[in-house]
Amino acid sequence: MNHDIIEKNLGIMIPLIVIAISFGFLVEVVPLFFDKKMQEPVEGLMPHTALELEGRDIYIREGCHVCHTQMIRPFRAETERYGHYSVAGEHVYEHPFLWGSKRTGPDIARVGGRYSDDWQRAHLYNPRNVVPESKMPSYPWLFTATVNHKLTGDKMEALRAVGVPYTDADIAGAADAVKGRTEIDALVAYLQQLGTVLKNK
Amino acid sequence: MTSFWSYWTSIISLGVIFGCVWLLYATRKSQTSDTETEQKMGHSFDGIEEYDNPLPKWWFHMFMATVVFGLAYYFLYPGLGNYKGYLDWTSTGHWEQEIKEANEKYEPIFTALAAKPVEELAKDAEAMKIGQRLFANNCSLCHGSTGRGALGFPNLTDNNWLYGGDAATIKETITHGRTGQMPAKGLNPAMNKADVSNLTHYLLSFSDRTDDIKAAKKGSQMFQTACAACHGADAKGNKAAGAPDLTDNVWLYGSTAAKINQTITFGRAGMMPAQKDMLDENKIHVLTAYVYSLSNK
Repeated sequence: MNHDIIEKNLGIMIPLIVIAISFGFLVEVVPLFFDKKMQEPVEGLMPHTALELEGRDIYIREGCHVCHTQMIRPFRAETERYGHYSVAGEHVYEHPFLWGSKRTGPDIARVGGRYSDDWQRAHLYNPRNVVPESKMPSYPWLFTATVNHKLTGDKMEALRAVGVPYTDADIAGAADAVKGRTEIDALVAYLQQLGTVLKNK
Repeated sequence: MTSFWSYWTSIISLGVIFGCVWLLYATRKSQTSDTETEQKMGHSFDGIEEYDNPLPKWWFHMFMATVVFGLAYYFLYPGLGNYKGYLDWTSTGHWEQEIKEANEKYEPIFTALAAKPVEELAKDAEAMKIGQRLFANNCSLCHGSTGRGALGFPNLTDNNWLYGGDAATIKETITHGRTGQMPAKGLNPAMNKADVSNLTHYLLSFSDRTDDIKAAKKGSQMFQTACAACHGADAKGNKAAGAPDLTDNVWLYGSTAAKINQTITFGRAGMMPAQKDMLDENKIHVLTAYVYSLSNK
């Protein structure tokens, strides 16, 4: 046997290990990079407005995606409760996507329009004010903190660099669109558009 | 998927399976017998040595079984590039089948329920169990799991209705939603802080909670010009406009002087989302009966 040649030479063993564990990635992920179907937005999909984009960043900052998924799987039990299953084309402008992997709370891929703005605000201020059984944390600071408008344009510029079709006017008007708005305004704006492009019936 | 990527995935996928088989046999090549011997691997680390024994039979057979399973899987299900698999399985097809089976099972039940009038259905314990589940999934987040509401979200168990509590109106509300429009009266230049305060005293006077009769009187005059159009000259509200009765003791946004003052000043815009995109007509019918049953025991 000559496997001690490999075992005694890290220079050979490391590349061989990398090759051995890369097949799954090469088969399941790499072809999707080049698949047109994965890059085509669903009809009517718009890039986030400046306010929604800031809301999305607050969503990430507060770790909402740790407890809430944005991925409705094609099972009846899920589509009955949440609406049409998620499709790739809904997420082409998301960098990164926020599908999440664990549901401590419900999926919110289609929460947009399900509840009123008032409910979203009351619920985020203290979830137990409206849902006494809830164990979601409260986010009262969102109501006083204002959005940092200075970086909004830069964020849109960065997203444009990776393919989100923002116009020059979008970017130029970004700072003014969010200036003085509270973080709750931004977050609710973001939540209320989630999944609204694809209708259920 | 283009044919290049189709070949790419097929070749790698099958290559991995056959590669594993090759690896298994390649490492068995030097094996001299199928029985355990005293033969060592020939290396020693701190006196620890390793026997060079054949693979256990059970392990070898299990490994081969996984190879067979893998090949059968690739034959039956989509996995090799554009090959659709012998069973023609897709995740959406699977979902459609699931929905179809569920519809066949549940549609007759809901059709039968939808044929009964709401008032009768509300007394049907079985149907109300279904209604309760629908309510828990779709309504309880705002109206509470018991239907008692919260500040800003109407209580459905009392017999006090903004738009009306008959079956047809409840169904209309659930199907198309409602949008409340109490304007920000206090921000209107025609009204100053004193006017708002007078109005508050006037509204408090209906429940004997004001100590300033004069202010309440002034408020009542202001009410006729600023509020009566929706709430009626007698302040008893108008269900067609969803304007609440201000003379009773039900206050959706709080009954204290401060809360009433806030409501007059900044207005309110309660919104009940339409459910027609989430629920079909039959389910809305059952849900209507459930909501109806909450206040008609």
